[in-house]
Amino acid sequence: MSDSENLKVTPLYDRHLALGAKMVPFAGWLMPVQYAEGIIAEHRHTRTLVSIFDIFHMGEFRVKGEDSAIALDKILARAVADQKPGTCRYNFMLNDKGAVIDDLIVYRIAENEFFIVVNAGTRDNDAARFRELLPENITFTDESDSTAKIDLQGPESADVLAALGLKKESLPLYYRWMNTAINGIPCLLSRTGYTGELGFEIYFPADKSESMWDLLLKQKNVKPAGLGARDTLRLEMGYPLYGHELNLNTTPVEAGFSEIIRLGEKRDFIGSDVLRNSQPKKRLVGIELDGRRAAREGTNVLVGGKPAGTVSSGAFSPSLEKAVAMAFISEEFKISDGMGLELATERFKVSGKIVPVPFYKNGTARTKI
Amino acid sequence: MKRYTKEHEWVEIKGTEAYIGVTAFAAKELGDITFVEMQPEGTDLIIGDVLGTIESVKAASDVYSPISGTVAAINTDLEEEPGIINNSPEEKGWVCKLDNIDLVELDELMTKEQYDKYLKETSTPSKK
Repeated sequence: MSDSENLKVTPLYDRHLALGAKMVPFAGWLMPVQYAEGIIAEHRHTRTLVSIFDIFHMGEFRVKGEDSAIALDKILARAVADQKPGTCRYNFMLNDKGAVIDDLIVYRIAENEFFIVVNAGTRDNDAARFRELLPENITFTDESDSTAKIDLQGPESADVLAALGLKKESLPLYYRWMNTAINGIPCLLSRTGYTGELGFEIYFPADKSESMWDLLLKQKNVKPAGLGARDTLRLEMGYPLYGHELNLNTTPVEAGFSEIIRLGEKRDFIGSDVLRNSQPKKRLVGIELDGRRAAREGTNVLVGGKPAGTVSSGAFSPSLEKAVAMAFISEEFKISDGMGLELATERFKVSGKIVPVPFYKNGTARTKI
Repeated sequence: MKRYTKEHEWVEIKGTEAYIGVTAFAAKELGDITFVEMQPEGTDLIIGDVLGTIESVKAASDVYSPISGTVAAINTDLEEEPGIINNSPEEKGWVCKLDNIDLVELDELMTKEQYDKYLKETSTPSKK
C-alpha cells in the first residue's frame, strides 16, 4: 500500500473518479491507470477510434533568448540548431558518461524560443540541470504547473478536431505543431503522441482543463484511456519508457538511437566524447513470446541457456494477443532477428524470439490526413 | 456451501469436490486477466499453498488454496479465454476443483455476509 498523501493530483482528478477510474501512484502523481471498461478495451478503442489521455503530470519548459539553440545544442544529444520553427524533435539529455538523464521533445517555437516537454518523474532534476547549464542571458521557465496536456490519439483524432472547427488541411504534419484555439481555448497542438496512432498532443492553460476535457469527451467516438493503455500502446510500438529502456545506466546508442544522434557529425554535446570513444555494452531488442504469459521487467534473458540480459518492459499485447517484451542483451552475444531465446524467473520459464520493433505494424501515426 | 478468504478467493462445495476461484472484487481489482496457470491435476495442496498464478495486463498475482486437497481438474477454458474470470468470476471463471477435501477447514473461512462486511471494513483496496 503506498502512501498517497504526498501525491499530486491533476485538475481532472474528480472527472477521473466520476468515470470510474482506478487511481494509482505514478512519478509522484495519483493518475488514472484505467477507467471502467479496462485497459484492453481502452487499448483497442485507441487503435480503432479515438481516446483522450490526461497527461498533466508531464513537465513543460520554455527556453528563450539569443543563441538559445546553440546553448541547447551543447546540452542535448540531437541537434537543435538545424531544427526549423514549427517542428518537434525527439531528443535526449545525457550526463557526461553518455547515459540518459531524460528523453524529451523539443518544439522550436521561434528562432530564439523553445518549448521542451519532459517526463514527470525527471522534471525537477531536468529543470535544475537546464538552469545550471544554460548561459545567464537565456531565460528558462518551468511552465509545468500552469500548462495542461491532453493527448488525443487514434485514427479518428483528426475528425474530432474537425468537428471542433479546425480545418483538417490546416492540421500539422507528423512531428509539427501549430498555435490554435479549440472552442476559444488557446492551445499549442502538435501531431505527436505515444501510441503509434494518428494523434495530437494538446497543451493549454491548466485552468481550462475541465472545459477542454468535457468538450473532447462529448465528441463522437471519444473515450478516456488511462496510463495502463498508454503503456501497452507504447510497448507494442517499441517506444522506450524512461526508467525502463532509458536510464542512467543506458546510453541512447544502447537503446537503439545511434542513427538519429549522428555521432559522425562534428557537433559536441555533453556525453558525446564517451559515446564516440566507447563501445555499447548492451543492445535493446524486441521479443515476441510464445504464449500469453508476460515476462515482466527484471526477468532474465537466456541465450543458448546462458544469462544474456534482462527484460526492461514486458506485458500482454492486446493487438497481437500474446506477450511481448523489450530487453537489453549483452553485446557479447551475437543476436539477430528470429533468434530463439528463453525468459526465466525463479518461478517459470517461457520461450520467445527476437523480432524487429514495432511489434504492431498497423499504426496510423504517419497517415496522411 | 460457499466460503470466502481474506485473500479474495472463494470455495464452493459441490458433492465431494471444492470449486475454487477469485471473487468478483478480486477480478475487478486485477483488471483484464490475460493469463492463468494452475497447479497440474494430481497436485496435493495444503491450505495457503500457491494454487496458481493469474496475470492481468499490469501484474501477476498468486492464488492461494483456501483449503487442503488434491487438484482434480483445472478450468481449461481459461487457457484461451482468461477474460472469462472478469466476466463471470464466481461461476464460469472457476480456476480449479479439488477433491480429498476436509469440510472442517471451511469453518475458518468467511460466509458471504462476513466477506461483504470484510470488504466494507477494509477501506484500502487490496493489491491482489
